[in-house]
Amino acid sequence: MTDIADVWVYLSASPLLFLTLTLAAFQAGTWLYDKSGHKAFLNPVLTAVILIVALLSLSRTSYETYFEGAQFVHFLLGPATVALAIPLYRQFDRVRRSALALMTSLLCGSLTAIGTAIALGWLLGASRETLLSLAPKSVTAPVAMGITEQLDGLPSLTAVLVILTGILGAVLGPPLLSLIGVTDWRARGLALGTASHGIGTARALQSNELAGAFSGLAMGLNALATAILLPVLWRVFF
Amino acid sequence: MLSALTLILTCQLIGELVTRFLGLPVPGPVAGMVILFVLLALKGSVPQHVGTVADSLLRNLALLFVPAGVGVMAHLGLLGQDWLPISVALVGSTLATIAVTGLVMSRLARNSGSDRTEAHHD
Repeated sequence: MTDIADVWVYLSASPLLFLTLTLAAFQAGTWLYDKSGHKAFLNPVLTAVILIVALLSLSRTSYETYFEGAQFVHFLLGPATVALAIPLYRQFDRVRRSALALMTSLLCGSLTAIGTAIALGWLLGASRETLLSLAPKSVTAPVAMGITEQLDGLPSLTAVLVILTGILGAVLGPPLLSLIGVTDWRARGLALGTASHGIGTARALQSNELAGAFSGLAMGLNALATAILLPVLWRVFF
Repeated sequence: MLSALTLILTCQLIGELVTRFLGLPVPGPVAGMVILFVLLALKGSVPQHVGTVADSLLRNLALLFVPAGVGVMAHLGLLGQDWLPISVALVGSTLATIAVTGLVMSRLARNSGSDRTEAHHD
């Protein structure tokens, strides 16, 4: 007869268990979100992450072991980003018609993201390394880590801050935009993509394809804008 | 289905190569998105199978961030002694960025046609 511990050792050595756990936790998160009538703080990503972290710590499983299974989901981020070309293409007429407004808003957003992150961190006494790791937080992870590295910050801290910013934006963004009267789908998508990259874009796509197209575009453009602006701004002010 | 996936992965691969070799400050997949967009623009339409695969990937885009999100929780210790300025800066800056971008865009884009939400069930 097989011991339960043997079964556990067998299962945790294969990617199947943690791949399944990732999908199941997200399904549970989605179920809860739908059931609650789409309460913003019951964001499915957030619920899934909390569920998985709880299970991993209860079972004393390392993140590395978990990632052996979860990497298959993680890998699909690349192709999904490429696939953002499709909503962008379908909505391109509307993007083109508001190109000037889009570029101006994006630049304002990009400068706000960098400026307020550094200013708030500095006011509260964060170290230089922390400020540098904080500054590119609104940009998609690989670019943000590259910028931080170039300026001698901590890329691993940046990766954490980028994901936290994404989740914050996806949870707080839509209610904030409604509160301040921003009802235009283009503006809502642009704001989510500029402030919280891919996670914001995922949230925008859940509402509307037009918002998703603007959000995906904003994510790409803000990566470019921040990569160019941040090193210059940093050298001017520090 | 298979040909659509091949197309998407090929765009990503070319995107990775182009950004590496030219040292561009954007990630490979974002360059891949631009490449796929140009291909669609040249063709003048979205082939049905490409649309189907892209839509099913994007419908579950949020799921794809779960593994990275779990990684964050595992590395929260990195926040260290600066956790307070970091938390305030993250929340404050994210809200400010969303508000500024959204407000500027909705003012400026008013002239270029309205695309308003019907209701606020967002």
